[in-house]
Amino acid sequence: MADTPKLQVCGLVKRFGGLTATDQARFDVAPGEVHALIGPNGAGKTTLIHQISGALRPDAGRLSMDGADITHLPMHRRVRLGLARSYQITSVFQAFSVLDNVALAVQARTGGAAGCWRPVRREADVFAQARQALDRVGLAARADALTRNLSHGEQRKLEVALALATDPSLLLLDEPMAGMGPDESEAMVELLLGLRGEITMLLVEHDMNAVFRLADRISVLVYGRVIATGSPTAIRSDAEVCRAYLGDEATA
Amino acid sequence: MSAAIESALNGIQFGLMLFLLAAGLTLVFGIMDMINLAHGSLYMFGAYLTAALVEPIGSFPLAMLAALLITAAVGMLLETTVLRTLYQRDHLSQVLATFALILISNEAVRMIWGPQPLRLALPELLSGPVDLGAGIQYPSYRLLVIGVGLAVALLLYLVVARTRAGMWVRAGASNREMATVMGVDIKRLFTLVFGLGAMLCAVAGALLGPLLSVQVGMGESILILAFVVVVIGGIGSIRGALAGSLMVGMVDTVGRTLVPEALDTVFSPAVASSLGPTLASILIYVLMAAVLFWKPQGLFPARG
Amino acid sequence: MAPLDQTLPRPTGALLLAAAVAFPLAAGWLGQDFYVGLAARIMIFALAASSLNLVMGFGGMVCFGHAAFLGIGAYTVAILMDAGLDAAWIAWPAATAAAALAAWLIGMVSLRTRGVYFIMITLAFAQMLYYVFVSLSAYGGDDGMPLAARSALPFGLDASSDVTFYYVVLAILAAAMWLMQRLVNARFGRALQAVRENETRMEALGYPVFRIKLAAFVVAGAAAGLAGALVANQTGMVSPGLMYWTQSGSLMIMVILGGVGYLYGGVVGAVLLLVLEEYLSGLTLYWQLPLGVLLLAAVLYARNGALSLTARWRHG
Repeated sequence: MADTPKLQVCGLVKRFGGLTATDQARFDVAPGEVHALIGPNGAGKTTLIHQISGALRPDAGRLSMDGADITHLPMHRRVRLGLARSYQITSVFQAFSVLDNVALAVQARTGGAAGCWRPVRREADVFAQARQALDRVGLAARADALTRNLSHGEQRKLEVALALATDPSLLLLDEPMAGMGPDESEAMVELLLGLRGEITMLLVEHDMNAVFRLADRISVLVYGRVIATGSPTAIRSDAEVCRAYLGDEATA
Repeated sequence: MSAAIESALNGIQFGLMLFLLAAGLTLVFGIMDMINLAHGSLYMFGAYLTAALVEPIGSFPLAMLAALLITAAVGMLLETTVLRTLYQRDHLSQVLATFALILISNEAVRMIWGPQPLRLALPELLSGPVDLGAGIQYPSYRLLVIGVGLAVALLLYLVVARTRAGMWVRAGASNREMATVMGVDIKRLFTLVFGLGAMLCAVAGALLGPLLSVQVGMGESILILAFVVVVIGGIGSIRGALAGSLMVGMVDTVGRTLVPEALDTVFSPAVASSLGPTLASILIYVLMAAVLFWKPQGLFPARG
Repeated sequence: MAPLDQTLPRPTGALLLAAAVAFPLAAGWLGQDFYVGLAARIMIFALAASSLNLVMGFGGMVCFGHAAFLGIGAYTVAILMDAGLDAAWIAWPAATAAAALAAWLIGMVSLRTRGVYFIMITLAFAQMLYYVFVSLSAYGGDDGMPLAARSALPFGLDASSDVTFYYVVLAILAAAMWLMQRLVNARFGRALQAVRENETRMEALGYPVFRIKLAAFVVAGAAAGLAGALVANQTGMVSPGLMYWTQSGSLMIMVILGGVGYLYGGVVGAVLLLVLEEYLSGLTLYWQLPLGVLLLAAVLYARNGALSLTARWRHG
C-alpha cells in the first residue's frame, strides 16, 4: 500500500510576464523524509516555495498536502493544516524580544488572536512552550534579548524556531544556512538532523555538504522544471544534473 | 452643444493647472519619497504674490514672473533648511512637519495680507471672449491659461525627457539608490526639483487667481485634488500626472455640469439639485478608489 | 519604540483619575468654570485620538480619514435628535454602531491596499463622506446644524450642566482607556502589533491578518463614533467640517505628538495640542504660527512623541 505523499506538486506553472519561473514542476515529498530542492541560481526555487506556502498563486497545476487539495487555500489556512516555512531573508520581529517572537508562533497554534481581555503575559503555558522551542534551536540563553541585537546566525536560528513553534507536520526551509559561517552551519545541520523523521522537511539549500548529509531524496530544479528526483547517490551521478548544475558546483 | 464644449474646455483648463501642481508633487513624492502637505501653500504664495504685485509693478505677466521667482526661492530655502531633514524620516513625521508648515504659511499670509480674500483682476487685454468659430464664445483668459498650461507641459516634457538634468530626475524617480550610486548629486538635484515644483505651483496660483478666490486655505482644497491625481497617475510619473490631471479636471468640471443634467432627466428637480453636486464632488474620489483597486500602482507607474 | 506590553502603573492611574475628578471642583472653587468645558473637550479628543492610535500606532495603519467616523457619530446624534430621539442611551450607542458599520465598509475596501495607497484611499472615503454631508441640505448642508439641546441622560442627570457633562465624559474616557489597556495586552493586541511589525510573517504563522486589521479598524471607528456623539453634545452643533481632511490631520497630529503606539499617546497628544491651542490663541490673534513652529520643533527634536521622551528620561 502506497503512503499518501506528504506533499504533492503536480504540473505547477507560474509566469511573470514573459518569464516562466515555474515550468510544469512536479515532485513528491514522502511523509517523514527530508527532501532537498537544489538548482542553480535563478532556477526558481524560492518562487516554488512561495507557491507551496501560499504566498503566490500558481497559474496552473495542483498542490496537495496529505492528499487534500491546497492549491487555492490562503496561506494562513495552510498553516493551520500543519505547513510552516522559514524565509531565505530573515523575517522575524526585530523590535520584540526573542521569547516574544516565538510566543507569537505558539499563540498562533493555541487560539491565535482570539482574546481581548486576559494579558498574554499571564499565559504561562505559552511562554513555557516558547522556551522549549528556543531550547530546541539552542537559543534559550538569548530568550530575553532584543531580536535586532542578535547575530546573523542567531537570527537564522530564530527563523527556524518560529517555524517550528507552530508545530508543523511539513516544514519548508528556504536556505536556512544562508550567510552562515562553518560553525553556525554545522550547528544548523545538527539541529535539522535532530528533527529528522519527526517532521517532513522540504529543504532548499546551496550548501551541498549539508544537502548530502541531510537529504533522503533530492530534486533538481533547472529553469523552473524538475529535471531529476532521486537519492543523493543517484543524483550525484546523474549526467544531466552534473551538466546542468553539479558540474559547475563541484569545482567551486 | 456649445455648453458642452465650454465645459470640456474648462475641464482641460482646470486639468492643466492641476498638472502644474501634481507634476511637482509627484516628483517630490517619487524621488524623495516625501509626503509634502505644504505644496498647496506654495500655490497660495504664487497667487498672493501675484495679486499683491500687480498694482505696484503694473503688469500681470511681470507680477506673475516676480511671484514665480520669489516662490521658487522660498521653496528652495524651505528645502535646504527644513525639508531636507525629513527625507529619511517616516511618512508620519513628514505629515506632521508639513502640516505645521501649512499652519505657519496660512498664518503668515493672514498677518501680511489680512483675512479677507484678495482681488486679482483679469488682465485688461484678456477680459473679453474669443470667437472659436461655430458660434462658440470662450473667455480669452481661460484660453490663455490652457495655452500656458500646454506650453509648460511641453517644456517639462522636453526638460525631463531630453536634457541631462531631466535624465537624472527620471533616474531618481525610478530608483533613488541606483541614481545615488551612479553619481548623481542627489542633494542639488532635490533642491532643484523642489524649486521647480514651487515655480510650477506659483504659475498655477497666479493663473487661477483671477478665476478662483485668492484666500487663505486655497492651498488645502486644491492639494487634495493634486494628491488624487498623483495616485491615479502613478507616483513619480510626470506622464501619469498629466494623464491623471486631465482625467480629474474633466471628470470634476464636466461632472458638475453633466451629472445634475443627467439626473434631471430621471429624477425630480429637487432630488437632482441636491444629489447632483454631491455625486459630482465624489466622482473623482470614486475614480481614484477604482484606479487603486484595479491598477494599484497607478496608470503610468514610474517604477518598473 | 514603544514596548510590547504597556500598562499604566496603578498609582499613576489612581493619581490621574483623582486629579481629573477633583478638577471641576477646583475650577469651580477658583471661579474658572470655563475650563471645565475645555477639559471635557480635551477628553473627547483624547478618546478620538486614542482610537486613531489603536489603528495607527498599534496596528501600523496610517489612516487619513479617521475624522469621518467622528463626523458620522456626531451626525447620528444630531439626526436622531432632529427626529425627536434625544435619549443618550439610544443615540450614543447608535452613533457608535453607525461609525462601526462605516468603518467595516471602508475597511473592507481600503485594507486591501497598504502604505501610501491606504493613506490616500482612506482620505478619499472621508472626503466623499464630507461632500455627502455638505449636500444634505435637510441637515444644514455646508453650515451644519445646531442641536436643540444636549442628549437626555439616564438617571435624571442633566447634561446641560457643564460639570455633569464633564463627569460623564470622564467616565467614558476612563472606561475606554481601561478597555484599551486590556485589549492591547491581550492576544488580539499582541497579534495586532506583530502585524504592524511584520505582516508577511504573521500570515506565515497562521494568523488571519486581514481579519485582525479589519477588527482593529472597526473598533477604532466605533470609538471615534462615540467621541463624535460627545463632540456634538459638547459644541451643541454638527457640521461637515468635522469630516474635512484637515480634521483628520489634526487627529493624526495629536497621536504623533503624544507618541505613536504608546498606550496614552492619544491622550497626551490631545492634551498637548488643545492646551497649546488654547494658550496660544489667548496670546495672539495669529496663534497658528507659533503652534506651527512648535509642532515643527516637535518633529525635529522629539522624534517619537512626548511619551518617547519620558521613556528616554526614565531609562537614562
